[in-house]
Amino acid sequence: MPTSHLIAQVLNVLAAGLLLISFAMLSRRRTQRLITLLAWQGAILFLSTCLVAHSSGLSEIYYSAALTLMLKVIALPWILHRLIYQLGAQWDSEPLVNIPATMLVGLVLVIFAFGLAQPISMLATTITRHTLGIALAVILLAFLMMITRRKAITQVIGFLAMENGLFFAATSATYGMPMVIELGIALDLLVGVFILGIFFFQIREQFDSLDLHHLESLKED
Amino acid sequence: MVHDLRFLLILVTIWVVLGLAGLLGLHSIRLERLLFLLGALVAFSVAVLAGMFLAAGGTAQVLVLPLGLPDLPFHIRLDALSAFFLLLVGVAGAGISTFAAGYFRSGEGTAPALLGLQYHVFLASMAVVILADDAYLFMVAWETMALSSYFLVTSQHRIPDIRRAGFLYLIMAHVGAICILLSFGVLQGGSWQFTFDAMRGASLTPFWATTAFLLALLGFGAKAGLVPLHVWLPEAHPAAPSPVSAMMSGLMLKTAIYGMLRISFDLLHVRLWWWGALLLALGLFSALYGAIFAAVQTDMKRLLAYSSIENIGVIFTGIGLAILFETSGLRLFAALAFTAALVHALNHALFKSLLFLATGSVLHATKQRSLGKLGGLIRHMPWVATLALVGTLSIAGLPPLNGFVSEWLLLQSFLFTPQLPHAFLNMLIPLGAAALALTVALAAYVMVKFYGVIFLGQPREASLANARDANWLERLGLGWLALGCIVIGVLPQLALRSAAAVTGTLLGESVRPSATVWWIAPIASGQASYSGLILLLGIVGVVGVAFVLVRFLAHGRVRRTATWDCGYPWQTSRMQDTAEGFGQPIRHMFGGFFRMERDLPSPTDRAPRYRIHIEDRLWRGIYLPIARGVQRLADAIGVVQSGRLSIYLLYSFLTLIALLIFVLL
Repeated sequence: MPTSHLIAQVLNVLAAGLLLISFAMLSRRRTQRLITLLAWQGAILFLSTCLVAHSSGLSEIYYSAALTLMLKVIALPWILHRLIYQLGAQWDSEPLVNIPATMLVGLVLVIFAFGLAQPISMLATTITRHTLGIALAVILLAFLMMITRRKAITQVIGFLAMENGLFFAATSATYGMPMVIELGIALDLLVGVFILGIFFFQIREQFDSLDLHHLESLKED
Repeated sequence: MVHDLRFLLILVTIWVVLGLAGLLGLHSIRLERLLFLLGALVAFSVAVLAGMFLAAGGTAQVLVLPLGLPDLPFHIRLDALSAFFLLLVGVAGAGISTFAAGYFRSGEGTAPALLGLQYHVFLASMAVVILADDAYLFMVAWETMALSSYFLVTSQHRIPDIRRAGFLYLIMAHVGAICILLSFGVLQGGSWQFTFDAMRGASLTPFWATTAFLLALLGFGAKAGLVPLHVWLPEAHPAAPSPVSAMMSGLMLKTAIYGMLRISFDLLHVRLWWWGALLLALGLFSALYGAIFAAVQTDMKRLLAYSSIENIGVIFTGIGLAILFETSGLRLFAALAFTAALVHALNHALFKSLLFLATGSVLHATKQRSLGKLGGLIRHMPWVATLALVGTLSIAGLPPLNGFVSEWLLLQSFLFTPQLPHAFLNMLIPLGAAALALTVALAAYVMVKFYGVIFLGQPREASLANARDANWLERLGLGWLALGCIVIGVLPQLALRSAAAVTGTLLGESVRPSATVWWIAPIASGQASYSGLILLLGIVGVVGVAFVLVRFLAHGRVRRTATWDCGYPWQTSRMQDTAEGFGQPIRHMFGGFFRMERDLPSPTDRAPRYRIHIEDRLWRGIYLPIARGVQRLADAIGVVQSGRLSIYLLYSFLTLIALLIFVLL
C-alpha cells in the first residue's frame, strides 16, 4: 500500500510526462506521430485518473478513467488513423516555421500558467492540486499548436489535446466533473471528430488538399 | 370610470383579431374585403368613443394591464391628448379601411391575407402608441408600427427600387427609435421608473431637460419627416400601395406629432423659450422646403409626399409658437397656436389620406404614376375627380374647407407674437409669418398643378380613354374623407371644441370654441372671427345666382370647343402645359434648393428628348458623407477579418490570455 506522499510523487511525474508530450507535439512534423503522441497523452491521463481514484477512494472516478481509456487511448486515435489512411494523408508532414521560437513561446506560457495556478491551487484540497499549473499549461500549449499548424487534421488533434488538458485540470482541482457531464463531453468529442472527419473529405474535394490556407479564398472582399 | 379605456382596448384587440382572421384564407380576396370593412367599422367606433370622451371633458383614465415582463406591466392611459389623436386615427382610418376593402386585388405583391394582417397590426399599434402610459409599451408599439409599415411599404418587394425605399425607411425609423429610447432614458431622471407618471414627477435640470427634448425632436422628427430628416418620405410613400401611403402620411406621421406633444407638454415640466424658436425655425423651413420640392415633382405620389413634409412643417410651426407663448406666460395665445397645430394635424390626416387614395384609384385605372402621362381624367372618372377636388381645395387652404381653418388659426397666432418679451425674436418672427404665407400660397400652386395635370385638359396618352371610375367601396371611402373635410371646414367649432379639451388639460387655458352658434372667434369677438357656414351659404348663393342668370336668363347655350387655338387649328394633347412646365417658374426662382441635371436636345435632333433630374441637395450634403464615413469605418474594422484560420485562433488565444491575466490581477 503506497502512501499518499508516494502517489503524489507519481502523479507529479505523470503530469510532467503530459507536459513533455505537449512540447513534443509542438515540434512534430508528421501527422501520424502526432496521433501516437495524442494516444500517449490519453494513456497518461488514464493512469493518473486511476491513481486519483485509488487515493481518494471515490469509485466513480474509476468509471471516468475507464471512459478515458476507451475513448482517448483506443477509439479516437483509431478513428484518426483510419481517417488519414482514407484521405491518403498518412505520410503527410507539414513545414513548421521556427520551432525554437515556438518552444520559447511555449516556455513563457508554461511559466504564465504556473503563476496563474498558484493562488488557485492554494484553495484546492485535493492530492493533485500542484498539477493544476501543468494542466493549464497543457491547454495553452495545445492552443498554441493549433495556431501554428496549417493542416485540418492537426487542428483537430490540437483540439483534442486541449480537451485532455481540461480533463486533467478537472481531475486535479476537484476530483473530476460529475459523471453526467463527463459522459456528455465524451459523446461530444466522439461526434465532433466524426463531423470534422466529414469536413475533411469536403475540404479535400473542394481544394484537393487539407491545407487550411486555401480557406482564405473563401473570405468575402 | 374606466369604461371608455376598456372598450378602446377591446376595439384594438378586434383589429388584431381581424388581421389574424384573414390567414384563414391566404389568397381569398373576398374574405379580406369583408375584414377590411369590419376594420373600418372598428375605426369608426374608435372615433366615436374618442369623440364622446372629449365631449365629456376628458378626465384621464388609467389601467394597468397584466401583460409585459414580470415587474414591468403595461400601463395605458386615456386623456384628452390621446383621445384627440385616437379621434384622428379613427376618423381617417375608417375612410382608408373602407377604400382599402375595394382597392387591394390579388396578384399584386404580398398575398391579401398578409397585407390585411400587416395593415390591421399597423392600425392597432398606432392606437397603442397613443394609449401607452409607460416607455416600455410605447417603444414596443412604436417598433411594431415601424415594422408593420415597413412590410406594407415593401409589399411589392420584387421591384428593387421599392426594396431600397423600404430599407431607407427602416434605417431612419430605427435611428429615430434609438433617439426616442434615449430620450425616455433621460426623462426618467434617476428614478429608474419608466412609467409616464414617474416621468411627470421627475425633476430635471434645464440641461437634462434640453437633452431629452432634443433627443425627442430627433426621434420624432425622423418619423414625422422634418427637414433634414425627411429623405425617407418621398421614397417610401410612392413605393407603398396607396391606402398604405394614406395611412403613413395621414396617420403615422401624426403619431410622431403626438409623441412630440406628449413629451414636450406633458412629461417635461420645464420648457425653455428657445426650444420654441428652434421648432418654429425647423417647422417653417420644412414647410417651405416641402412646398418648393412638391412644385417640381412629376410623380403624383412623390408630389404628395413632399406636400406632407410641408404640412408637417406647418404643424411644427404651431407647436413652436405654442412653446414660445407658453414660456412667456401667454397661455391663451399658446392655446391658440396649440389648437392650430392640433386642428391642422386632423385636417392633414383627412385631406392627405383623401388625395393619396385618389392617386390610388387613378393608378389602378391607368397604371400610370407619372403626371406626364395623365390628363383629362375628370371625364372618365367623375367620382374620383369630384372627391379629389374637395381634398385639393382643402389642402390649398381655400375657405370654406378645413385647410383654411387651421391655417387661419396659425396666422392668427402669428399676429400675437409682438407681445412676446424677446426683442430680437419680435423682429424675426414677422419673417416667419411671411414664410408661412409664402408656403400656403405655394401649396395652393402645387395643388393647382396636381389637379390640373391629372384631371383637367386632354388625355396625354391614348390608353387613358379606357380608365374606369373607382368601385363603390372606394367611392365610399373617398366620400367619407371628403365629408370630413367639408364638415370641419363648415363647422370648425367641432374641431375647436375637441382641441379645447386638450389645451385645457395641458395648458390650463383654451380658446373659445364658438362666439355665437355659427361663428368662431378664438380670442375675442372683436379680434377676428370666421363662420364657415355663412361663407358657404354666401358662396352657394353667389354661384347659384350666377348659374341661374347665365343658364336661364342669358343665352343659355352650351358649346364645346377648344379654348383658344391661336389661329392654329390642329391642337393635340402634347401642346398642354406639362407637369414640368408647371414647375418651371418655381425651379427657376428657387434654383438654389435643387441639384439639377438637364439634358437639352440639340436643335438638329430629329427625335428630341428633354430630360431633367432634380435632386435634394441635402442627400449629397448630409446623407452620402455619413454613408461614406460608415463605409470607411467598416473597412477599417474589416481588416481584422483576414480570412486566415490561425489569425482567428490567435484572437481567441490572446483574449483568453488577457482574461486570465485579468483574473490573476
